[in-house]
Amino acid sequence: MSLKRKILELQKKREKVLQGGGEKAIEKQVAMGKMTARERIITLLDENSFHEYDMFVEHEARDFGMATKVLHGDGVIIGTGTIFGAPVCIYAQDFTVAGGSLGLMHARKITKIMDHAMKMRVPIIGINDSGGARIQEGVNSLAGYGEIFYRNTTASGVIPQISVILGPCAGGAVYSPALTDFVFVVDKISKMFITGPEVIKTVLGEEISMEDLGGARVHSEKTGNAHFYAESELECFDQIKKLITYIPWNNSRKALPFEAQEPKIDLYKIDEIVPGNPKEPYDVRDVVRAITDDSDFFEIQEMWAANIVIGFGRINGETVGFVCNQPLVLAGVLDVDSSDKAARFIRYCDAFNIPIVTLVDLPGYLPGVDQEHAGVIRHGAKVLYAYSEATVPKITVILRKAYGGGYIAMNSRHLNADFVFAWPGAEIAVMGPEGAANIIFRKEITEAEDPEKMRKQKVKEYKEKFANPYVAAAKGYVDSVIEPRETRRLLLHAIEVSKNKVDNKPEKKHGIPPF
Amino acid sequence: MATKKTEKEMDETPLEQDDSPKVRYSTIMLQEQGAKYKTLLTEKYKNRVKWEKPDLRKIYSEIPGTVIKVYVEEGQKVNEGDLMMVLEAMKMKNKILFTQNGVVKKIYVSENEKIPKNHLMMELK
Repeated sequence: MSLKRKILELQKKREKVLQGGGEKAIEKQVAMGKMTARERIITLLDENSFHEYDMFVEHEARDFGMATKVLHGDGVIIGTGTIFGAPVCIYAQDFTVAGGSLGLMHARKITKIMDHAMKMRVPIIGINDSGGARIQEGVNSLAGYGEIFYRNTTASGVIPQISVILGPCAGGAVYSPALTDFVFVVDKISKMFITGPEVIKTVLGEEISMEDLGGARVHSEKTGNAHFYAESELECFDQIKKLITYIPWNNSRKALPFEAQEPKIDLYKIDEIVPGNPKEPYDVRDVVRAITDDSDFFEIQEMWAANIVIGFGRINGETVGFVCNQPLVLAGVLDVDSSDKAARFIRYCDAFNIPIVTLVDLPGYLPGVDQEHAGVIRHGAKVLYAYSEATVPKITVILRKAYGGGYIAMNSRHLNADFVFAWPGAEIAVMGPEGAANIIFRKEITEAEDPEKMRKQKVKEYKEKFANPYVAAAKGYVDSVIEPRETRRLLLHAIEVSKNKVDNKPEKKHGIPPF
Repeated sequence: MATKKTEKEMDETPLEQDDSPKVRYSTIMLQEQGAKYKTLLTEKYKNRVKWEKPDLRKIYSEIPGTVIKVYVEEGQKVNEGDLMMVLEAMKMKNKILFTQNGVVKKIYVSENEKIPKNHLMMELK
């Protein structure tokens, strides 16, 4: 056979594989409002950058009539490519081939590309669209899942791991996304759960739709399993591309710097955002936008535990992770979910050399039986742990209220913050003036002729004495009391002079964080 | 402490029988597989609230606090983003906004009233 003929043969073989599960299956996929696996990869990656491997992999299952079945690529596509020039490894499950079910060779392809990503120290992106384990392959498919989870864990904190849920992801399969750094979901397309509505109905007698049980909104608002929510697959891919620009390729690098830009100061007037009255709410994201380059803020987990705001922005072209109390939602308290959310993000930034800026304005931890019984002690401790453990530059700006345990938790000097700045309106105290005056002056107040008048006077006294940044500044707990408009300049400087930060912690295998 | 039972005795233990005040035996049947699994059920499980599809027209409080001011009346048409009330909680005058369009059917709270979490505050139609 001439080489020319052999080339033709190869082209034919390729064409066959490129058809995936065939026309009918593709039609079904489109009818569900979904793109095919190949379309997804090509849309997400830079033009013509995708190169596929293991195209001709075949399954080895022989039982239950599998011997005669041809499953192109065994239901998953793997390869390498670039996003804005950044190299990435990628896999996408192909729902048109046997429902994207995971058999042994399917899993082997995924673990192969994961191993490759680890060797090359580049991000790995996994697009999930699978009916679950391939039952005909029995324990072999379970082995496959386990080998993926093991690699997810090993790669955690070394290379960025991104999971995109574009279809069902049920049963054991959900644990791969859960082990990765960022999970992307799309409305009406993503479905994630351990046990589906059928089993829940059989076992518990509860009726619930797939959407209500594990749809995109549920995971974005209620469970916190998803980090980014999109209305369409295209929007989702744009979000992934944007994320890639903010993070480094691996844990030994820094994110690539951008050209520095000034914030849009005519839109976000930093002096006017925070009300003087500590009881008035405002949107802390406006403060972030008044500080960041081009007033750009890329928020993560926007809809879940919105009483804390986390996300990336740039200062002077460098990626910075923001952790901010949000007075607009639940008074900005720390509770079970917001502690979880902040702690994980802090650890992410620490693992990937991203400086952390903390904007503080909170009344403290949320009191209440449900919070106590939900384990606010254990969850709240995660914030303390994450800040204390982090060795990246840690900069705090106290905007207004910083009371009690909340003050300590939000990257205070005492947890080894590198810089602590406070705005002149900051109130740093063990608790709010009302509560404090009621306790300290209980006797004076109850014994006064006009207790209400006395109470007001004592609250005023306490306010004047303690509800300011100067008591903390006098002890050196606050490095500098600054004007709001000086914030960006000081943050820029702080990051600049922290470039060679060394923070040697005692050697250990790993800590025991309260998770 | 109940003594440990043999498998045979376990099989013969009638359902719903209390073995201790905290836990009790019951069985779960998975229909499709036709197999019976015996398992321990805790008080917490027994007392769990069955999931019901939330009625988005009913608005509940998310934080305990004091109603400072209600900005709408019954029968009033409201739009998403409109100010519903100011609820003082955790040293903050929290602005509660409508998250959907509708007409106020009934208001269950009054000004200066202290309300707990998950308190029915308003109903839309």
